[in-house]
Amino acid sequence: MLTILFDGVAYGMLLFVLSVGLCVTLGLMNFINLAHGAFAMAGGYLTVVMMNWYGISFYWCLPAAFIVSAVLGVVLERTLYSRLYDKTHLDQVLFSIGLIFVATAAVDYAMGASQQIINLPDHLNGRFEFLGASIGVYRLFVIVICGLLTVGLQFVIGRTRFGSRLRASVDDGRVARGLGIDVTFIFALTFAFGSGLAGLGGALGASILSMDPTFPLKYMIYFLIVIAVGGTTTITGPFFASILLGVADVAGKYFVPSIGGFIIYSIMVLVLIFRPEGLFTRSVRR
Amino acid sequence: MSAASATDLPAAATAGPASLRLLEAARWRWYEFLFWGIAAACGLSVLAPALGFTVPVIPTKLMLLSEILILGLLALSIDLTLGYAGLVTLGQGAFFGIGAYAAGLMAKYGAGVAPLSDPLLGLLGAGLAASVVGFATSFLVLRGSDLARLMVTLGVALIVEELVNKLKDITGGTDGLQGVMSSKVLGIWDFDLYGYTAFWYALGITFLCFWFCRRLVNSPFGYSLRAIKGNALRARAIGMPVNARLIQVYTLSAFIAGVAGGLLAQTTQFASPDMVAFHRSADSLLMVIFGGAGHLYGGLIGAAIFRIMQDFLSNITPQYWLFWVGIVLILLVLFVRNGVIGLLMAASQKYIAKVPPKSGALK
Repeated sequence: MLTILFDGVAYGMLLFVLSVGLCVTLGLMNFINLAHGAFAMAGGYLTVVMMNWYGISFYWCLPAAFIVSAVLGVVLERTLYSRLYDKTHLDQVLFSIGLIFVATAAVDYAMGASQQIINLPDHLNGRFEFLGASIGVYRLFVIVICGLLTVGLQFVIGRTRFGSRLRASVDDGRVARGLGIDVTFIFALTFAFGSGLAGLGGALGASILSMDPTFPLKYMIYFLIVIAVGGTTTITGPFFASILLGVADVAGKYFVPSIGGFIIYSIMVLVLIFRPEGLFTRSVRR
Repeated sequence: MSAASATDLPAAATAGPASLRLLEAARWRWYEFLFWGIAAACGLSVLAPALGFTVPVIPTKLMLLSEILILGLLALSIDLTLGYAGLVTLGQGAFFGIGAYAAGLMAKYGAGVAPLSDPLLGLLGAGLAASVVGFATSFLVLRGSDLARLMVTLGVALIVEELVNKLKDITGGTDGLQGVMSSKVLGIWDFDLYGYTAFWYALGITFLCFWFCRRLVNSPFGYSLRAIKGNALRARAIGMPVNARLIQVYTLSAFIAGVAGGLLAQTTQFASPDMVAFHRSADSLLMVIFGGAGHLYGGLIGAAIFRIMQDFLSNITPQYWLFWVGIVLILLVLFVRNGVIGLLMAASQKYIAKVPPKSGALK
C-alpha cells in the first residue's frame, strides 16, 4: 500500500517536471503546444544514446539532456513557434501535431520503433524496506531530484525579480508589456527552460516510462490532464495535479488493471466540466 | 478558419432581395458537377477493359477509392461542426468507431440475413448509435474555450477507445470484430471481392449525406450556424438559440460520422479498435484542414489528397510517411490559409482579376 503511494508520488513528480513547462507556456502565451512531449523524448533519447553508445555516466546525461532540450526549444521557439502566437488555437494544435508526427517519424528512422532500455548505475538499482514499504532506490532518487527542482522553481518564481516579471506576464500580458516588461524575452526564456525541464524529465523517466517513438503522443494526454486539473496560473496547481494523477494512475493500474486508463480520462472530463479553469486555481475572472 | 465563407457570394448574387441572393448562393455550379462526375467516372472505369481499353491505375485501387469516400464523409462531418459552427473537435474518431461497431455488430448477429444485417438498416443503426453518444456529449462542448473543447472531445474519444478495448465480449477486444457479413444492398447487389458494390454503395451514401449537408448549410439553419461561428454573443443577442443549435449540429455531425464508420465496417467486413484510435480523429481533422474548412468539399478533397499521399508515400518509405504529413501540416499552418480550396479560390480570383468577365455574361 505504502509502496504504491511511494511509486505514485515518484511517478507524479516525474510528470510534474515533464509538464510544468507546458503549463507555464500555456498560461503565459496562451499557446497550446501539444508537441511538448517531443522535447521530453529528445532528452530521453539523448540519454539513451550517450549511455548505450558512448558509455557516458548517467549523471552527466541529466544536465546534457536539460541543455540540449533547452537549446532545441529556444531554436524552435524563435524560428517556428513565434510565428503562431497570434493564430487560432486550432492552428496551434495542428502545428504541434505536425511537429509530433515529424519527431515521431524522425526518431523512428534514427533509432527504430522498439522501446529503448538504459542500464542505470548499479547503486541506483535495488530496493530497501522502510516502515513496511518497499522503496526503489531509483524512485527515491527521482523524488529527491524532482523535489529539489520544484523547490527551486517555487523559489525562482516566488522570490526573484525574474519570477515576479513572469507572474505579472502570466496574469496579464498586455499590462505587463505596458509596464516595460519584455514579455517576448521572458517567454523565450521560459519556453527554453520548460523544454529543458521536459528533456530532463525524459532523461529521468527513460527507465520508468517507456521510451519509444510514440512517446510524445502517449504522454500528451497526461500533460493535458495535468493542465486540466492543475490550471495554468500557478505551479503549485500542476504540482498537486501531477502527484494526484501519478498516484491515481499507479493505484488504478495496480488495483483494477482491467479498466486501464478509464479512471484518469474520466477524471479529466469531469474536472473540465465542473471546473473548466482547473481544480487548484484561484478563481480569477478576466 | 474561413471567416469569409458567409460573405464570399459570387458578385452576380449580391443584387436583388435576400431570398434570391441565398438561392443564388445555393445553386449547383459546374465544378460541383465536375467533381461528382469524376467520382462516378472512377467507378465506371472498371468497365473500361470490357470496352477494349485499359485504365492503368483505377480498377485495382477501387477499395482505396471507397475508403477515400468514407474518410471524406467523416471529414465532411467534421466540416459541419468546425467549418460552419466553429466547434473545434479532436474526438470525431469516437463517433466513427461507434458507428463502425454498431453496424458491424448488427451485421454479425444478423448473420448475413436481412432484416438485421441489411446494410442500409445497419447504417441507420450506426448513425443513431453515434448520434445518441453525440447528443449526450454535446453538452460538454457548449462551455469552455477551444482548449477545453479539444481536451473534452479527446477525453471522450479516449474513453470510447478504452471501452472498445476492454469490452472483449462484445467488441472482440484488440482482435477486432470478425465475421461482419452484410446482406445484399437493397436486396440486389452483393458485396463482391473486387469492391465494385462497395464503391458504388459508398459513393451513393456519401453523395446522399453530402447533398443533405449542402441543403442544410444553405438553409436558415446553416446560416445561423455561421452567425454563431462569427460571433456567438451577437447571435444570441438577436435571438438565436445558440446552445440548441450547437447541440443539434454536433449530434448531426456525430450521426454522419457514425454512418461513415458503419460504411467502413460494412465494406471492409471488419471492425477494429483502430477505427476508434486517436489517429482517426487527428487524421480526419487534418483532412479537413488539408482541403479547407467551411466548404463541404474541403473534407472530400482533403481525404483524397491525404489517402493518396499516404498510399504513395507508404510505398516509398513505409512507416515514415508520418514525417511528410507532419511537414506538410506545418507548412500548411504557417503559409496557407484554408487548404487546397483556399489555394484554388485565391488562384481563381487572381485569374478573374486578370481577365475581367464580359459585361452581361452573368445575368
